[in-house]
Amino acid sequence: MAHTITIPTLLRSLTGGLETVELEAATVLEVVENLDAQYPGFRARICETNGELRRFINFYLNGEDVRFLDNLATRLPEQAEIAIIPAIAGG
Amino acid sequence: MSFVTGLKCRECGRKYPKEPTAGCSECFAPLEVDYDYDAIAQTLTREKITRREPNIWKYRELLPLDGTPVVGPGTGCTPLLRAKNLGKRLGLTNLYIKNDSVNAPTLSFKDRVTAVAVNKALEFGLTAVGCASTGNLANSVAATAAAAGLPAFILIPENLEKSKVVGTTIYGATVVAVRGNYDDVNRLCTQIADRYAWGLVNVNLRPFYGEGSKTVGYEIAEALGWRAPDAIVVPMAGGSLITKIHKGFKEFEKLGLLDAPVATRIFGAQATGCNPIATAVKRSTCTIRPVKPDTIAKSLAIGNPADGYFAAGVIARSGGWAEDVSDPEILEGIKLLAETEGIFTETAGGVTVAVTQKLVAEKRIKPDDVTVLTITGNGLKTQEVLHTAPPVVIDPRLADFHSAVFGKAASA
Repeated sequence: MAHTITIPTLLRSLTGGLETVELEAATVLEVVENLDAQYPGFRARICETNGELRRFINFYLNGEDVRFLDNLATRLPEQAEIAIIPAIAGG
Repeated sequence: MSFVTGLKCRECGRKYPKEPTAGCSECFAPLEVDYDYDAIAQTLTREKITRREPNIWKYRELLPLDGTPVVGPGTGCTPLLRAKNLGKRLGLTNLYIKNDSVNAPTLSFKDRVTAVAVNKALEFGLTAVGCASTGNLANSVAATAAAAGLPAFILIPENLEKSKVVGTTIYGATVVAVRGNYDDVNRLCTQIADRYAWGLVNVNLRPFYGEGSKTVGYEIAEALGWRAPDAIVVPMAGGSLITKIHKGFKEFEKLGLLDAPVATRIFGAQATGCNPIATAVKRSTCTIRPVKPDTIAKSLAIGNPADGYFAAGVIARSGGWAEDVSDPEILEGIKLLAETEGIFTETAGGVTVAVTQKLVAEKRIKPDDVTVLTITGNGLKTQEVLHTAPPVVIDPRLADFHSAVFGKAASA
């Protein structure tokens, strides 16, 4: 079943204004790859050249920061909800 | 008149206009207010600052408002106290306390950032304000929004201290308690900022909001006779305050307002139950590994600090350090400050005092360093962590008083 990815405002110029995107993927890394296939340039916006997520981009899988899981290698359960959220708020 | 030239990305330097915005659209890093320092240097003098009313607006050229502030007339210019008694206990001969536990209107340093952010919301014509908060900011935004005549939407973690909840709801704010910790609240608040056209002070007003914290640095340097201290200890939650105090010192230096270059060693204080920034400093890195907070210092319980990367960098470059302390040490810190200086601080202040004790023991702060402890919040807000002995109850008779106080019957 497809996962639901929530796109933050700062990235919606890439998704043609879409706030959520549905796609299939086995891991968080595949989410990034599939987003990039669907919306070219997506990966370059959120990842460093070494492929790691940028310092100020966080991925949440069903509410949990993937840094507490297995980062990009985190495997996804069925119908996962993934939120991409810039880490620039709070405190 | 404003000396703000715009907003600038703290990472890639990309420039943005002055408007409510959360971060850099290129690299997602936080934005910072940029000023025309040459123009400020032409007009701002020590004499000018000294003559002005004692509040944060005496440094108005270095704050990002375009017009005259509408709210926050009593904010800032809290006492810098010579702390001889605590100094004696800690082995420090030049110890000072910056006492923001008596800041106005809501008894914490957050009144500084809120005053700037809410005035900015009014200038932008925003129709509501809000925040994600561990309590102090909630109090401050609710109170300041009430004074500004704006509705406030405030998100807090479900487990907050009672005084911090009551101290928010009393102002008529819409308060929503979220199941989860501050980082969960903050994540939701970021999404709310994306959805509603409000001024979320620590999301889309954050570049302006953070500037308010610089006034802690200005006030300390001015009160020390236009010099920055040798050492300063600052509690860290999101890590913004510590970087802004340093920025305040450096701006004064840049404007020629100080007698000597800034050589302040910056020390960060966290609770062991939530120490992601202190851990990064100890590992000699600026990369923050988030943690799940578990500490009585709820106002510092941010496991994923937005400015942790910058805080760790400022500390390392200054030759400072970061330490963390356990919950029992925090309680001892609160009691020590109260018993030696007559200042009742909240848990974050206990963290600062206890960490200072550790830093002295580690010889990172020298006995004669001019040292400032930043006390950011008031103990009346976190009373439930303390278990002091209940008072003795007596009948209204002099003999009962004597035996209660001196432990024996009064002699005839």
